[in-house]
Amino acid sequence: MVLAFLGGAILRASITDLYLRYVKQGLRPFLIAAGTLLVITAIVALLQELRQLNRTEAGPDDDGHGHGSSGPAVGWLLLLPALALLFVVPPALGADTAARAGSALTDNRDVAYPPLPPGDPAELTLLDYGYRAVYDHGRTLQDRRIQLTGFLAPGPDRQPMLARIVLSCCAADGVPIKIGLRGQVPQAPANTWVRATGRWIPHTAKDPVNDADVPYFQVEDWQHIPAPAEPYE
Amino acid sequence: MRWSIGEVIHLSTTDPAAPVTPTVPAGADLQPGTPARERAVGSTEVLCFLLILIGILHRPIGALMADPRLQTWLTVFVSVMVQAAPFLVFGVVLSAVIAVFVPRSFWARALPRHPALAVPVAGMAGVVLPGCECGSVPIAGSLIRRGVTPAAALAFLLAAPAINPIVLTATAVAFPRNPEMVAARGGASLVVALLMGWLWLRLGRTEWIRLPHRAHLDGLPRMAAFWAACRHDIIHAGGFLVFGAMAAATINVAMPQQLLHDLAARPLLSVLALAALAVLLSICSEADAFVAASLSQFSLTARLAFLVVGPMVDLKLLSMQAGIFGRRFAARFAPATFALAVLVAAGVGTVIW
Repeated sequence: MVLAFLGGAILRASITDLYLRYVKQGLRPFLIAAGTLLVITAIVALLQELRQLNRTEAGPDDDGHGHGSSGPAVGWLLLLPALALLFVVPPALGADTAARAGSALTDNRDVAYPPLPPGDPAELTLLDYGYRAVYDHGRTLQDRRIQLTGFLAPGPDRQPMLARIVLSCCAADGVPIKIGLRGQVPQAPANTWVRATGRWIPHTAKDPVNDADVPYFQVEDWQHIPAPAEPYE
Repeated sequence: MRWSIGEVIHLSTTDPAAPVTPTVPAGADLQPGTPARERAVGSTEVLCFLLILIGILHRPIGALMADPRLQTWLTVFVSVMVQAAPFLVFGVVLSAVIAVFVPRSFWARALPRHPALAVPVAGMAGVVLPGCECGSVPIAGSLIRRGVTPAAALAFLLAAPAINPIVLTATAVAFPRNPEMVAARGGASLVVALLMGWLWLRLGRTEWIRLPHRAHLDGLPRMAAFWAACRHDIIHAGGFLVFGAMAAATINVAMPQQLLHDLAARPLLSVLALAALAVLLSICSEADAFVAASLSQFSLTARLAFLVVGPMVDLKLLSMQAGIFGRRFAARFAPATFALAVLVAAGVGTVIW
């Protein structure tokens, strides 16, 4: 029963886009397969149990020491993630993580930065913008209009910053990337997703949490957007 | 006390005996226990009750979850579970296949006669036996029972959970930017396993090991034994994984970043801290790489120590080893393994990074 729940919960999360809140996209087929296997295991267990019920006496199928097919008590813990996935559906990491964890821009990625993608404004990820702004001194960013997408997170001075969480594997290793804002700073509650258009300015600050570099962005225009299905970078 | 040790064995046995040759006297199965019928109904009732309770309390629970820290905790907890689930499930299925369909006598025949040679062979055999540590403890016990020299079985016990393909794949997935972590983990774990095997040859005493006699899936048809092994392993290992995920989420959310930052800045202390954490968290080796990846403040060496120690020594393994091999054995074996694993991991880490 516990297994059926866990399997079902995982299946549901992976068939909808919910799983993207917790892990990266590439895991989806494995999640579906694992969920299916869990459900099958549960069904087989149920069938075996039914067969046992039909017997007059516990035959050789009875493993004889009472934990039956429900398994050891520790198995009940598996209900927790299943119920959390089915009923609570924890949100993607957001402003809370951004406030507590240090920004991701801590080490120089020693690469040649290619020119920005074409288009006006040019769409960049926050991480890309950050690297170009801090370690390339904005060389490729000058004279271009740039569009960034992220959520609002209050910075150390309570001013909103643009942030996004970077995953390398699952939400447990999520690290925020933070961009300071100037100009038309969006005034909206934390965790509001915005798409901001603007320009690079040669100003960086330090993240008080881990001394990472926080580049700034001059906002000219911004708009609310619904939270994207893939909330991480 | 004897009985409770017996219970641990029952709970932790994941290696059903070869169905063809039941070795256990027929009486061994007849132990006192609640009939399966009552138990099954009982658990279903509890589940229904829980669901109704949650249905009623849905809104208050939702309100409770509105706290951002709690939400972050829950997100991290669920994401560790979701990420680890496929690895746990496939690992368990594969180990059930081997446990049920490969006769145990095969391992005994495949090993060289000389003990000192059997150690590396058994250690390398861990490569082809995908499973987490929960599976390898009973298998090592059954190897010894089949006449394999204990040193070889112990090398297998330590190596198998750390260097098998599933665990190494999980490690590669968890450390996409540090592929050398896979080699470091495999190499360091193998070295520790072989050293422990040879150490046992020199210092070990057979009388420390006290094996219980039985294996509870004897006599089941193969498919039934297969599914029973799968179910049992998933529930057991998964339950401990939930513990680990909760602990990891708690550390992720509650531990002040500054403290981790400071701890991570001290090389020696950080290695010891993560090694101790690996013992406490008791995460299945199929999933521990993801937890290690999440401890991104720490140096790669410290995280390597976490990955080497975790599959070899942890709280749940300690209880399983005490159950399968006896407490006198576990009390000597686990601390020695811990010390050796920390040393080797620190050494390998220093050389590589």
